[in-house]
Amino acid sequence: MGSTLKAGIVAGLLLGGLSIVSLSIGVADLASLDLLWASRLPRTLALVLTGMSLAVAGMIMQMIVQNRFVEPATTGTLECAALGMLGVLVWNPEASVFTRMTVATIAALAGTLLYLQLIRRIRWESTVIVPLVGMVYAGIAGAVAGFIAFQEDLLQTLYVWMQGDFSAILRGRYELLWMVLPVSILAYWSADRFTLIGLGRETSETLGIPYRWIVTWGLILISVISASTLVTAGLIPFVGLLVPNLVSLVMGDNLRRALPWVALSGALLLLLCDIVGRLITFPYEVPVGTVTGLVGSAGFLVLLAKRHARG
Amino acid sequence: MIVVEQVTRHYDREPVLHAVELRLAAAGLTAIIGPNGAGKSTLLSLIAGLDQPDGGQIFLDGRPLAAYTRRELATSLTMLRQRQAFNARLRVRELVLFGRYPHHQGRPGAADYAKLDEVMTYMHVTEVADRFFDQLSGGQQQRVLIAMALAQDTPYLLLDEPLNNLDIPNAVAMMKLLRRFVEDLGKRIVIVIHDVNFASCYSDEVIALKDGRVAFQGNPADLMVPKMLESIYGMPMPVQVIDDKPVSFYYLS
Repeated sequence: MGSTLKAGIVAGLLLGGLSIVSLSIGVADLASLDLLWASRLPRTLALVLTGMSLAVAGMIMQMIVQNRFVEPATTGTLECAALGMLGVLVWNPEASVFTRMTVATIAALAGTLLYLQLIRRIRWESTVIVPLVGMVYAGIAGAVAGFIAFQEDLLQTLYVWMQGDFSAILRGRYELLWMVLPVSILAYWSADRFTLIGLGRETSETLGIPYRWIVTWGLILISVISASTLVTAGLIPFVGLLVPNLVSLVMGDNLRRALPWVALSGALLLLLCDIVGRLITFPYEVPVGTVTGLVGSAGFLVLLAKRHARG
Repeated sequence: MIVVEQVTRHYDREPVLHAVELRLAAAGLTAIIGPNGAGKSTLLSLIAGLDQPDGGQIFLDGRPLAAYTRRELATSLTMLRQRQAFNARLRVRELVLFGRYPHHQGRPGAADYAKLDEVMTYMHVTEVADRFFDQLSGGQQQRVLIAMALAQDTPYLLLDEPLNNLDIPNAVAMMKLLRRFVEDLGKRIVIVIHDVNFASCYSDEVIALKDGRVAFQGNPADLMVPKMLESIYGMPMPVQVIDDKPVSFYYLS
C-alpha cells in the first residue's frame, strides 16, 4: 500500500509539473493573465481531460472486445462519430454543438455495435485479426466520410477533425469536454463489472452479471467520450491503446485498482506529447495527433512483439 | 434437483437436442457421456442457464430456470468450462474473490474474505495468491478456477470436459477432487466427460447422449455392458471387471 501511495504522489507531482510546463509554452509571454485564462489554461485542461478519458475508453474497449490491441480509433468508433458529425453538418449546418455531439455519440455507438457484430460473425480467435478487422473497418468508415466530405466540399473540415490538435482550444470552445469527467467517474463506478466482462460472456453470466447490458453500458460511455473529444480536439490515436497496455503490465486488469492509473497516465502521456509537439518546431506546432500517432505506433509494435514472445 | 422436461435446441435449424427428458439424481456426481456432437455441452450450457432452449423447460429445485434472476442462479449453480481463455491479467487472489461476486456485488465483507482464505487453502493456491493468473502453469490455472467456483459457494457445480488437456496424474487427481467435493462438501456435480472408464470409476450416475437423445441413464454398472456401449459409440467395446470396477478395454477394438 505504501508503495502505491508513493507512486501516486510521484504521478500527481508529474501531472502538476507537466501542466505548469504546458501552461508556460507559447510565443507570447504570460505578462497578462488574460492569455492564461483565455487560451493556455483551457488548452491544458482540455489535454488532461482528453488524455484521461481516451485512456479510460481504451481500457473499457479492451475489456469488451477481450483483446489488448483495440481502442476507439481502431474499432470504427471515432470514425463513425466523425461520420455522424459530417452528416449533421450536411443536413443542418446551423445545428447546435449539442445536436452535433448527440448525433456523433449515436453514430459512434451504432458503428461500434456493428464492429462487434462483425468480429462475432468472423469468430476468429486470433488476437491480431480482431484489431486488423477493426482497422479495415475504421478505414472504410473513414473513406465513406472522406467521400461525403469531398462531395459536399467539406474535406478541409474533415481533415481538421481527423487531426487531433489543441492549438485552437479557447475559453468558450472546449467546455463540452467537461462531460468526460462524469463519464469517467461512471466508468469507475462500474469498474468491477467491466473487469468481469473482460473474462468473457460465460464467466460473467455464471457470476450473475447481465453481460449484454454491461457491454452496452460500456459502449455508451466509450461513445460519449469519443464524440466529445472528437468535437473539441479531433481524433487522437493510440492513447487509448498504449496507456491501458502499460498499466495492465504493471497493475493488471482489475479495473477497480487500475482505472485511476489509466486515467492519470493517459493525461500524462497526452500532456507530454503536446509539449513535444509545441517545442519541436517552435514557434510553430506539430499537431498532438501526429505525435501520439508516432509514439503510439512505435509502442504498439513493441507491445505486439512482447506479447507474442510471451505467448 | 435438476429436471429437464422435453428440451429441444436447434443451431441454424440443425437440431442438437430432441425433446430431452431427464431427472437427475438428488445427490452425487453425474457424468454425461457420448460421442462428439451428441449434444452434451449444449445440454450442460442449458442447465447452467447460459443458453436458452427452443422448446421445453428446465427446473432447478422445483423452479423453472427462466424464473430465476441471474444473480439468484449465480448463488445456486456455477459452471466451469475447460478452455476458459482469460487474457485479462488478474492476480489470483483478485480472481478468486470475484467468485464471491454474486454474494458481495462488488463490496466484499469479512465473510467473503474468510471464504476466500478457506478455498485458497483447500485448493493449495495460497502460495501463488499475488501472481498474475496468466503467468501460472496449466495445472495451477485449473486449481485457481476451481477455487473460484468453490468461492461462489453454490450447491450445484457443472464442469464441461474438466479432463481435457490434463495429463494422467492430473486427470486422476481432478476426479478424486470432485469425489471429495461430493463427499466432504455435499456438492451436487454434473460433468461432461469423454472417457467411459473415468465415468465408470468415479460417478454415481451416468447419462449417455447420442444424436441429441438420451440413450442411457442409470448406474455406471448398467452402462458398462458391451452391448450398451456398442449401441452408444457404434464400435465393439469389451468390458472387464478390475478391482470391482467395470472398465472397457476399447483401445484395440
